[in-house]
Amino acid sequence: MKKNSLDIVHTQYFTFAEPPDTLQLKSGRRIGPVTLAYETYGKLNPAKSNAILVCHALSGDAHAAGIHKDDKTPGWWDDMIGPGKALDTRLYFVICSNVIGGCKGSTGPSSINPETGKPYALDFPLITIADMVEAERHLIDHLGIEKLLCVIGGSMGGMQALQWTSAYPGRLLSAIPIATALKHSPQQIAFNEVIRQSIMADPAWHKGYYYEHGQPENGLAVARMIGHITFMSDQSMEEKFSRKLKNDNLSFQFVDDFEVEGYLRYRGYNFVKRFDANSYLYITKAMDYLDLSGENFIPDIKKTTIRFLVISFKSDWLYPSHQSQEIVRLLKRKHAYTTYFDLISTYGHDAFLIEIDDETRLIKNFLANIEH
Amino acid sequence: MKPDHQIITDIVHKGAHVLDLGCGNGELLSLLRQHKNALVQGIELDENQMHTCVENGLTVLQGDIETGLEDYPDQSFDYVILNQIMQEIKKADFVIQEALRIGHKIIVGFPNFAHLSARTTLFLQGRTPINEALPYYWFETPNIRFLTIWDFVDYCEKKNITIEQKYFLGKSGLIHFLPNLFAQNALFVLARP
Repeated sequence: MKKNSLDIVHTQYFTFAEPPDTLQLKSGRRIGPVTLAYETYGKLNPAKSNAILVCHALSGDAHAAGIHKDDKTPGWWDDMIGPGKALDTRLYFVICSNVIGGCKGSTGPSSINPETGKPYALDFPLITIADMVEAERHLIDHLGIEKLLCVIGGSMGGMQALQWTSAYPGRLLSAIPIATALKHSPQQIAFNEVIRQSIMADPAWHKGYYYEHGQPENGLAVARMIGHITFMSDQSMEEKFSRKLKNDNLSFQFVDDFEVEGYLRYRGYNFVKRFDANSYLYITKAMDYLDLSGENFIPDIKKTTIRFLVISFKSDWLYPSHQSQEIVRLLKRKHAYTTYFDLISTYGHDAFLIEIDDETRLIKNFLANIEH
Repeated sequence: MKPDHQIITDIVHKGAHVLDLGCGNGELLSLLRQHKNALVQGIELDENQMHTCVENGLTVLQGDIETGLEDYPDQSFDYVILNQIMQEIKKADFVIQEALRIGHKIIVGFPNFAHLSARTTLFLQGRTPINEALPYYWFETPNIRFLTIWDFVDYCEKKNITIEQKYFLGKSGLIHFLPNLFAQNALFVLARP
């Protein structure tokens, strides 16, 4: 365990939208009951003014920091959350929940459909980023928090942060969208479509009803491999793998000769153990559907007082800097006081999980100056 | 406090909305916030300088001045500041016009190339002037244009820009006599007529 880490943490569960008061989704369908898995770190102050919502990316979950009992791996953003860290748990009450549609404790396609007693599979309605935020809003209400100090997230987490500012501008003081976009470009939708097609092309997918047979392992592994290529940069791959061979010689067979091939296979097939293929389909679709461009961004408000810290990374070609600059452009039109950094990094999209020093320096100082 | 910062801090009214173009490490914006309770936004390109801004609680965005103003609605700020930056930007006229669009008033500060020491260096020594206001050799200077106080007054007249206030700074205080000869720096408060 790293220095200054949180101790043992626990995942909690919040269930709402019990029938007949089911949750209205953007698709027009309704769902309920809905359970959200969430974790909290630090203490909510008596004024309930120190709460920060952390939103996770595509394959993330509620376990953002600390370690679970009988586990050695800390949460996915443990470097950023804890005593003295960017999100300092001595000062802030940090909340992270698994998105609706996910597979880490929140209601999603692998959850049991109360009407059939079987997993929803493709009977699960399509969800959107707005639906994820709506579910999070129920959780924040449940925790008795009227106004969040900040909503922060990278990639799809940043999309949720942007959606929060647009859906509930009166319920947060600041937002930190990192390596994200107001909407997916055709290139991003195309990658997601190839990812989905690779899952659905696997015969083991069984049109989504695979829960009795087991995961479409090959399809999901390939989907994740595609993802990992887009998370890295040309330079970071060169530095990490170059053309290094796993063994000394070329095999002249279709095996993983190069280290980069071994890495992708390892990452891909490891992912199968921890993530539901249908959740991958639903969540990538939700990302593709988001469009907060133009008038959709913080609608009906001419001047916003929400403070923004927008961060992009120069080598990120999956969510290129110009997409963050588009956020900044819209913020200027809203008279928003904005801090924007296009950080130097060679790690590509993964940078938001790796460039801890720069992010810590910025986020700590930014949050310290939000009056609450 | 630097003399130009002192003058700008005196000019800006309490609670003003201020945009500083090329805000550097945010020294001026910090003063305006501290003394005038101003709401401040900076634009800067240098990442290290920007970090200092954020450490001091300032709002700063990384961007290019020439393309960074177009999205601000008209009259978004009470003051737009272009202090010691105009000599470094390519489209000076465009930036000044944009600044006048998004700000009620703009404050422009620049080194005077017609200062006595500059004139004598060029005239007697035949070399490019180097002084406190123009401290660079030709091969390292960020300045791409050199202008004098009268050049700037001519420009404002030609473009029909109202000069509301003007300040001329020498080595030790304000210059009132023959400013184009004795002032190293000039500060103008401009507005649209």
